[in-house]
Amino acid sequence: MQLGFLVDLHLCMGCKGCEIACKVENEVPLSTWRLRVKYVDVGAFPETKRTFTPLRCNHCANAPCERICPVSALHYLENGIVNIDKDRCIGCAGCIMACPYGAIYIDPQTQTADKCTYCAHRVASSMMPSCVVACPVEANIFGDLDDPMSNISKYIQQHQGNVQVRKPEKGTEPHHYYVGGGNVTLNPLASFRAEGHSLFNNLTHLPVGGHH
Amino acid sequence: MAHEIIAATNAVVVLDVALPGIVWGWIITMNMWAKSIGTGIIFLTFFLLKKYPKETGFIRFPAVMVSIVTIHLFLFFTVIDLHQMFRFWHIFFHPHMTSAITIGAWMATGFVGLLLGMAYAIYMKKDEALYDRLLGYTVLLAVPVTLYTAGLMAQSTARELWQMPTESAQMILAALIAGTATMLLLGGNKFSNTIKKDLGIILGLSAAAAFILYMAELIFGPMKAEEVAAVLEYIKGGEYTIMFWIGQVLAFIVPMILVWVSIKKESYYLLKIAAVSALIGLWISKHVWLVIPQLLNMS
Repeated sequence: MQLGFLVDLHLCMGCKGCEIACKVENEVPLSTWRLRVKYVDVGAFPETKRTFTPLRCNHCANAPCERICPVSALHYLENGIVNIDKDRCIGCAGCIMACPYGAIYIDPQTQTADKCTYCAHRVASSMMPSCVVACPVEANIFGDLDDPMSNISKYIQQHQGNVQVRKPEKGTEPHHYYVGGGNVTLNPLASFRAEGHSLFNNLTHLPVGGHH
Repeated sequence: MAHEIIAATNAVVVLDVALPGIVWGWIITMNMWAKSIGTGIIFLTFFLLKKYPKETGFIRFPAVMVSIVTIHLFLFFTVIDLHQMFRFWHIFFHPHMTSAITIGAWMATGFVGLLLGMAYAIYMKKDEALYDRLLGYTVLLAVPVTLYTAGLMAQSTARELWQMPTESAQMILAALIAGTATMLLLGGNKFSNTIKKDLGIILGLSAAAAFILYMAELIFGPMKAEEVAAVLEYIKGGEYTIMFWIGQVLAFIVPMILVWVSIKKESYYLLKIAAVSALIGLWISKHVWLVIPQLLNMS
């Protein structure tokens, strides 16, 4: 079994229901996110459009975070999920340095690394991840990539030529796919991100380490 | 390149969460800087005892003490940077051997053991032969202890700027610069002019090689990857430009000039200024190189 995720960006409408469901399900503390939806505006008035990109851990087959973790706090489950043992984590932040997707953060309450686990605890009970359940348009598709009859496998088959992963050049072999993605949605360098007040909130950096 | 994409699409992030700031900050800089002194002084002790055994015998004890102190500083800063510092023991009892952090921790522990053995040999037993025998093993272990941080940076897949070949060369050069600078300050006027000249040459050449590497990365790095180009913008007119050049001048340019003047005039008092400049500049250079890749948005 190899669990994977696919987001159809044609369907996502940026409601952020997945974000909130994830926060509630996993008790993600304030100021941190396992899953977030990034809004990017493209074009110039009146020819503009807004893109929505849900971003979470890619559960890579060749995960740099798992490799760099000195204590195996980050480890693979048999179903392919890259899981984290917060009781073992020493908070060295090596995984944050290694993850090319910025998917790992330091939990301010436990002072350990944390990230999306594809809701491994729910999956173990044969339930879908909370973000999948919350999505009103079924933009999040989750399932077994090794099973050709699973929804995700069939979706990938149907959309061949339009399925992408983030930063394939890193060789991480992500198990998280996007349909309808492009440079603006998947490449963080392809959009301008100024610090300061933006549309709805303040784009900024967090003093994560507390050593500043 | 991304710049052209942004110009063409006018793509602007309008809603996102706060991104992590600098996660590895000055504490990790202290870690790398102290380690450079701790292993570098061992390289230089080995060199001097091999080349000038009679004139430099007195450095055995002070050199090993400096190494012990700085390596413990390195370990101290390693531990206090952990968000769960009291779980440090997990590295030894739940080791994950693919991680450069684990390998480094084990090797540094072995290195400390050898240093303590050397201190015991020279201070308690007054046995120079035993000290020199242990020094041979210590020098061998000092090489991977110096290099493991480069391995850790290379394992940081997200940070394209840090590549193993250049980082490993920079780590060795930093150890030679820091070790030579510390030795010049440690030996004081007890060294003959010939020894001072040798140390000056090592300092000057190491500084020159490190400076060439930095400049090569600065000029040619952006031609290889857009992430590197974006990171280097922070020192090409960006917020870390001044700090970067202060580091380059103090760590490399000033020592090179002072070494050249000293050798030209056969007067070596300037080498102490070169040593202090190199040690301060090395900290600044390492800090800038550590921080700038972390400023880049990964997602």
